[in-house]
Amino acid sequence: MEAIVDFALLTLLALLAVGIVRLRSLFGAAMLFGIYSLLCAAIFVVLDAVDVAFTEAAVGAGISTILILGTLSITGAKLEVRHTSPLAPLMITTVIGAALIYASIDMPLVGDPNAPANLHIAPEYIEGTRADIHIPNVVTAVLASYRGYDTLGEVTVIFTAGIGVLALLGRSRRKRKPVQDD
Amino acid sequence: MEHHIVLRVVAKILIPIILLFALYVQFHGDYGPGGGFQAGVIFGSGFILYALIFGLQATKSVLPPSVVHSMTGLGVLLYTGVGVAGMLKGGNFLEYGVLSSNPVAGQHLGIMLIELGVGITVSFVMVSLFYSFAGYRQQELGHSETATNTQAHEQETVDNPL
Amino acid sequence: MTAIGLYNYWIVFFLMMAGLYVVVVSTNLIKKIIGLNIFQTSVFILYISIGKVEDGTAPILANGFSVYSNPLPHVLILTAIVVGVATTALGLALIVRIHAEYGSVDEEDIYQNEPSD
Repeated sequence: MEAIVDFALLTLLALLAVGIVRLRSLFGAAMLFGIYSLLCAAIFVVLDAVDVAFTEAAVGAGISTILILGTLSITGAKLEVRHTSPLAPLMITTVIGAALIYASIDMPLVGDPNAPANLHIAPEYIEGTRADIHIPNVVTAVLASYRGYDTLGEVTVIFTAGIGVLALLGRSRRKRKPVQDD
Repeated sequence: MEHHIVLRVVAKILIPIILLFALYVQFHGDYGPGGGFQAGVIFGSGFILYALIFGLQATKSVLPPSVVHSMTGLGVLLYTGVGVAGMLKGGNFLEYGVLSSNPVAGQHLGIMLIELGVGITVSFVMVSLFYSFAGYRQQELGHSETATNTQAHEQETVDNPL
Repeated sequence: MTAIGLYNYWIVFFLMMAGLYVVVVSTNLIKKIIGLNIFQTSVFILYISIGKVEDGTAPILANGFSVYSNPLPHVLILTAIVVGVATTALGLALIVRIHAEYGSVDEEDIYQNEPSD
């Protein structure tokens, strides 16, 4: 039953990606991108990744779409102009895609409980959360405790992006002063 | 103009619920899906929704940019502070077991504090990003003009500061 | 669950190639950022598919469940999503400044307006 939902959602995602590629209107592409992110969140729920689905829905369908729309509003760009012939990139991406599919034949099937990825350290984290930390959400325990250093790096990256955008776009002062370029 | 009234009334009802839900997700991240990032983004989205409906100037009087910019640093400071507190109490950097009397309580305290730090930074960085993008548009225009570009919501804040 | 087979991975590769195609072919900078985001999201689906365990449930400890999906890819992808939005925000801010400088977000126009020194 889950397999049918998985098939349907992924096929819809592929069609949506084709739509984004073919669309010339930038506003349409931004809107389809919001739908794409929300559909990815649904796929994450089917694959048992509820925390990730939460984050992807909030960040992808919310913040990313708002920022792209904001950029479209500031720059006034409306349509994409097609300059180059798409033949060579199309052939290159087809060759790379075929090579990837050929390489994936050796991979363990989706859902295999004996795949190396699921036997390495995940059972230790689940048992450790049950024994040492006593909180139900294993993802939070791993994120905050076992891999806390990575989360520190991530918070720093978000902070750096915030001050980077401040440096690029100015601090939006109340009075209408010209933006000073340093 | 009538549809603006619907937006305003619904937003006034929804925005407190959105902010409350963000706090719920933040502090129940231990027991269900959730945590710092999700809560931060939802909290920031509440303020962005307010700015889209009521105008950027109204939002800046509620949440001044200086407050936003200083709070982004506060979250990272809280996170690193918890790590250094672990060192000062005799453990390693970011070791939570030594923060409290028994290791399990220390883990709970450490996880709660750093998720709070993450949530604070993420929410105020999202608001700061929106201020930068929307404020740039206002700087460029200099004055309100009729909406020729109906592509973005920001246009409404420029020509209709409700 | 083994009924899914490798379908997830094939769709992921198709999405990766679609994103790559958009980045390479499009001369509009904003479309390139959208293509980059498509590429990023497809990689997220790849990792989460690897971590899926048959008949498992979400990695939240509860009575009555013994098999859980692998929590480690979820942690990595949480970080990756947030870093992705940070990169997108910076890229879009750069595009806004490029537009202020050169008057266009299309690569061909920018190359033509570039002072040749």
